[in-house]
Amino acid sequence: MNFSSLLLMRQEIALLAIILVLVIAEIFIPQNRKTSIVHLAIFLFGIHTIVGFFEIEESNLFGGMFRTNHLIHFFKNVLNIGVLILLLQSADWIKEKIMNQNKGSEFFILLFSSLLGIYFMISAGDFLMFYLGLELSTLPIAALAAYETTKRISSESGIKLILSSAFASGITLFGISMLYATTGSIYFSEVAQMLTSADLTLLGVVLLFAGISFKISLVPFHFWTADVYEGAPISVASYLSVISKGAAVFILMILLFTVLQSLVHFWENIIYVIAIATMFIGNLFALRQENMKRFLAFSSIAQAGFILLGLIGGSQLGTATVVYFVLVYIFSNLAAFGVVQAISLQTNKENIKDYEGLYRTNPNLSLVLMLALFSLAGIPPVAGFFGKFFLFTAAASKGFYFLVFLAVVNVTISLYYYLLVVRAMFLRKGDNPIPFFRNKIYMRIGLVITVLGILLLGIYSPLYDYIYELSSAFN
Amino acid sequence: MDILSLFIVMPALTVLVLIFTKNLKQARIVALAGSLVQLGMAINLLFSYIKEREINEAIMVFTKDVIWFKNFNIHYNIGVDGISVALLLLTAIVVLAGVFISWKMEDLPKEFFISLLVLSIGVYGFFISIDLFTMFVFFEIAVIPMYLLIGIWGTGPREFSAMKLTLMLMGASAVLLVGILGIYFNSNADGGALTFNILEIAKVNIPVEAQRLFFPITFIGFAVIGALFPFHTWSPDGHASAPTAVSMLHAGVLMKLGGYGVFRVAIFLLPEGALHWSWFFIILSAFGVIYGAFAAIKQTDLKYINAYSSVSHLGLVLFALLMLNKTAWNGAILQSLSHGFMTALFFALIGMIYGRTHTRDVTKLGGLLKVIPFISAVYVVAGLASLGLPGFSGFVAEMNIFVGAFEKDDIFYRIATVVAVSAIVVTAVYILRVVGIMLMGPVKNEAYLNLERVRWYEKLGILLLLLPIIAIGVAPLWLSEMILKSLDPFLKGVL
Repeated sequence: MNFSSLLLMRQEIALLAIILVLVIAEIFIPQNRKTSIVHLAIFLFGIHTIVGFFEIEESNLFGGMFRTNHLIHFFKNVLNIGVLILLLQSADWIKEKIMNQNKGSEFFILLFSSLLGIYFMISAGDFLMFYLGLELSTLPIAALAAYETTKRISSESGIKLILSSAFASGITLFGISMLYATTGSIYFSEVAQMLTSADLTLLGVVLLFAGISFKISLVPFHFWTADVYEGAPISVASYLSVISKGAAVFILMILLFTVLQSLVHFWENIIYVIAIATMFIGNLFALRQENMKRFLAFSSIAQAGFILLGLIGGSQLGTATVVYFVLVYIFSNLAAFGVVQAISLQTNKENIKDYEGLYRTNPNLSLVLMLALFSLAGIPPVAGFFGKFFLFTAAASKGFYFLVFLAVVNVTISLYYYLLVVRAMFLRKGDNPIPFFRNKIYMRIGLVITVLGILLLGIYSPLYDYIYELSSAFN
Repeated sequence: MDILSLFIVMPALTVLVLIFTKNLKQARIVALAGSLVQLGMAINLLFSYIKEREINEAIMVFTKDVIWFKNFNIHYNIGVDGISVALLLLTAIVVLAGVFISWKMEDLPKEFFISLLVLSIGVYGFFISIDLFTMFVFFEIAVIPMYLLIGIWGTGPREFSAMKLTLMLMGASAVLLVGILGIYFNSNADGGALTFNILEIAKVNIPVEAQRLFFPITFIGFAVIGALFPFHTWSPDGHASAPTAVSMLHAGVLMKLGGYGVFRVAIFLLPEGALHWSWFFIILSAFGVIYGAFAAIKQTDLKYINAYSSVSHLGLVLFALLMLNKTAWNGAILQSLSHGFMTALFFALIGMIYGRTHTRDVTKLGGLLKVIPFISAVYVVAGLASLGLPGFSGFVAEMNIFVGAFEKDDIFYRIATVVAVSAIVVTAVYILRVVGIMLMGPVKNEAYLNLERVRWYEKLGILLLLLPIIAIGVAPLWLSEMILKSLDPFLKGVL
């Protein structure tokens, strides 16, 4: 092997370099100028995101442990954009609340480490690399969840996250070992060929699926979600609900569509049941939430249920719709979390009731949140509608009309609670509305990008066609 | 820009300009200008359509086809036939009248007119769509502004009504989505590519089992917004809480999407399903006709009376569509138009009466003919049109419907028709009762003696709606000929 083949890992190497630069900067930048680390991190990551769009050829490394193709590369870029938006939205929070506790740069270092883990996870060509990536992507996030050490609820959230993900990792590993026992290999391509429908294999598949379901917070593995989201800093909650969940969906899709393709009739049933349970539980619990973060937690559980409709077909159409939906979902959910972040930073208010009368004092923020919620609810002409419609089309193309019917029932339920927030902002006048405030520049850029995404991603059809072409990689 | 896309672009431009307006005066001028242009466009479309029809035999004219999502074969595909032209004209008139009636909208005027125009974009887009996907998109765009319109500017239990209306309509559209996907995945039954194009699908022989499965889903999906019994309950509550202009648009235009969708999608694309299921939905709609009429008798709130009257009249539209013959269909379209103008007029008048007397309770009003003669006289005229007096549009429509319904010489159809016809008598009861109590007799309340006279913008709004009612009533032939010519393609599947 020569060094030029390492260019396949360009994204990973660049991100590692950024992490190292930040470590060095942390050492050498004097105490009174620490805020410049925020600018540095955003600047470097912005460059990284842009450079990421240059093409990478499709190939393998390390004997098939690490692989990349255009779809994986595209998905890494999607995640980059998400993280960049997230950084812009949390910059003010770090500057105002975290810097004086003397730990600003750790936030970026931990976040980027987790992203690095995700890169490795979705580029994995064997179960070892997959597992390493999974662990690397989870552990730093547990530290970040407990980041606001002055708040007890934050530490609680960190502990809950680390315990449940350790448990989930254990289960995943157990499942992988069973697959290894029956197929004699940990390489995806070999496992795919050797796969039988022996009981032990099926048990392995179930356990593997359960482990990843923790990360996606599918029912019945969702219990940690609301508590962790509520306690963790908003940036971390939004990272969990968008980036980490999106990546887990993606790797689940790769595993199901390539490694476990021959067992499609087996895992189709699992997904069928779990999709229904996840949609209903997520939506029904979201109905009565009063805290915005818990509300978004349950909404994100329900969204995961919808995503499963794209997975169930196991077709190229399914791959394309899932990737497209995750992309749209990243923008929609980040817009929602961004507004919650902005309001929480200014006023410390996080309840739906506090949002009453928001439109009359802060019309722009309310409009952003309304667009985001409409996109999550799937109302045209914003992007979320197209995402959901295509997911349903993927399921219907395989004849799952009843599942689609249950999904549309859930869309209606979800519309109710999304409208509850709209009601608070627009319909109510409120006794004590949040006074008018102006956002800082980073937050504004972050929100504007998400709004543009929500408005344009759906209508701009070549994007979907492009994703569809890339999706042939896994089918 | 082609003549039809303008119907989407023009309101969208108006919305863009509205964003930059500062107060009520600017907002209403912009909205007025925008909706005047729309009316001009609709009238222009009517004449160009009649001219085009002489030389063009295609089902849809002025078509334009742009590919949108290649992989799903989704197109931005638009075109009109006689039915859609008539409904576009109805929409343009009601929107303009709505702007006139909302001349004094003090609270958040800019946002009000924006929501109103977004709604009209959805309605226009729906009526010109040939592609099922874009049709569905526009359908939802038309519904969602209703939540804000009723929720922010409504009265009474506005939050409840807005939520109920939105959830029921969006729930229906969600069911509709299953139907549309079912049609889409059966559109290659003859070996072609999957398509959302209505005209293409109509040529395909969709398997009979699939038609029977997806017809009721599609039918109900559309018919909820057409107030099909027992899914009509969103409508009276929504009307009662909505501000005047919104009630007008809601009853005058939005509910017409139901009948149009049922006709254009469910019956046109799934004729075997229609033949199989029509008996069931005829029972429901005939019951809705009679139920709406009796419910209207019991009400004392003016808005509820007219809301239930709408349920009754629109039940008749669905009833006629299900008769599956040309005469009844012609009547159904005429009834849609006539009801659109009439109900919009009713709600405009109710809004004016309520704005002056601050009550909508019939029993508390009396002798209004003496104090606000113009409004009261028009109310009488609208009432007479509503109960189907010859010379007004309602008569022409109902005549066609019942003649069409009697063409079927089958005991089931005869009974259903007799039930539906008897609703006319009940209609006369509730209309004349209101006229008698509210307009005649002594003035019940001293405060009513010096009510404000009717304003110029109110007069304009009223006249805009009154003229078509009389025009259709006196000279119905040109309109029904235009509609009849467009009905032939629909007939092919149900013979």
